[in-house]
Amino acid sequence: MLRIEQDILSKNDAYAAGNRARLADRGILALNLVSSPGAGKTTLLTATVIRLRGRTPVAVIEGDQETANDAERIRETGAPAVQINTGRGCHLDAHMVGHALDQLDLTAGGVLFIENVGNLVCPAAFDLGERHKVAILSVTEGEDKPIKYPDMFAASGLMVLNKVDLLPYVDFDVDACVEYARRVNPDIEVLRLSARTGEGMDAWIAWIAAAQGG
Amino acid sequence: MHELSIAQSLIELVSDHAAREGALRVRAVHLRLGELSGFRRALYFCFDAVSRGTSCEGAELAIEDVPLTVHCARCDAVKTPRARYNFRCPTCGMPTPKVVTGREMQITAIELDFGEPRPTEAPEAGAGEVLPSRVDCPVDCPAD
Repeated sequence: MLRIEQDILSKNDAYAAGNRARLADRGILALNLVSSPGAGKTTLLTATVIRLRGRTPVAVIEGDQETANDAERIRETGAPAVQINTGRGCHLDAHMVGHALDQLDLTAGGVLFIENVGNLVCPAAFDLGERHKVAILSVTEGEDKPIKYPDMFAASGLMVLNKVDLLPYVDFDVDACVEYARRVNPDIEVLRLSARTGEGMDAWIAWIAAAQGG
Repeated sequence: MHELSIAQSLIELVSDHAAREGALRVRAVHLRLGELSGFRRALYFCFDAVSRGTSCEGAELAIEDVPLTVHCARCDAVKTPRARYNFRCPTCGMPTPKVVTGREMQITAIELDFGEPRPTEAPEAGAGEVLPSRVDCPVDCPAD
């Protein structure tokens, strides 16, 4: 019997470590945005890019099964964006992200947002080399998402509750949602905002700035 | 599905090791899977599908399950939480984010088949026969 003692995802982990080193070398903060399809990742990103203009350099890696729609939306705000199409694939992996990094002119000291494929299950297992996963949950989804999809929320440093402008029209218990998130991840931070109206966006920008400094 | 990606990674790693050792096929793969890895049930289905045509085709899977344990800072002890994703100390109720065991997803060992048995070797396994876990390796394995 040949003893091996190797992590099954050691190849992905090696690529992720390579990405992490590359980004650290340039002082770039990388955030891996994850959510169900339709929670508002791209809208949040476009609003964020606009607010960060002139304050810090921004680059975006977009992941979708098909189309370059999201990368186009980002480019319209003036930030460079690379689109990865995974075809049948359900998540980005570190190897794909490494190739995308090759295509970006990464300015030192900036922020790299990686918008993962809309999927609350699969991306949890794959380290891309990011500093934090940010889980975006919209108030039009169920407040018990964190306990139904615990892997993802356990792996995330921050939960962003999006579309809070719609709270008067939906039965979403914010306190219960936060309690569920803290149950699966006692250390998770929580922000509430609306990418559309701008409510809560200042705190999100401040969180990014603090993460850059840290 | 991401389980397919994980199975692919597993088979690639194992096949690479087998090729390096000069083995024709992999007889068994020994894995250590933590309770939080979520991979156990999907593994059997994915492994069959993904191993077809590789040196891992037909390999037995031997899984060592690792339960979830967490460290409670207040009790200063390792505890087993009451439920899989309820990270609280079962004794004092304090949140316990620090996972001690349960996240493992590792290949621990593989058993290889080198093809032609040498005269002094144990008889080669027939199709479907399960070999004992301690198999004398017919070539010098690098000590790991």
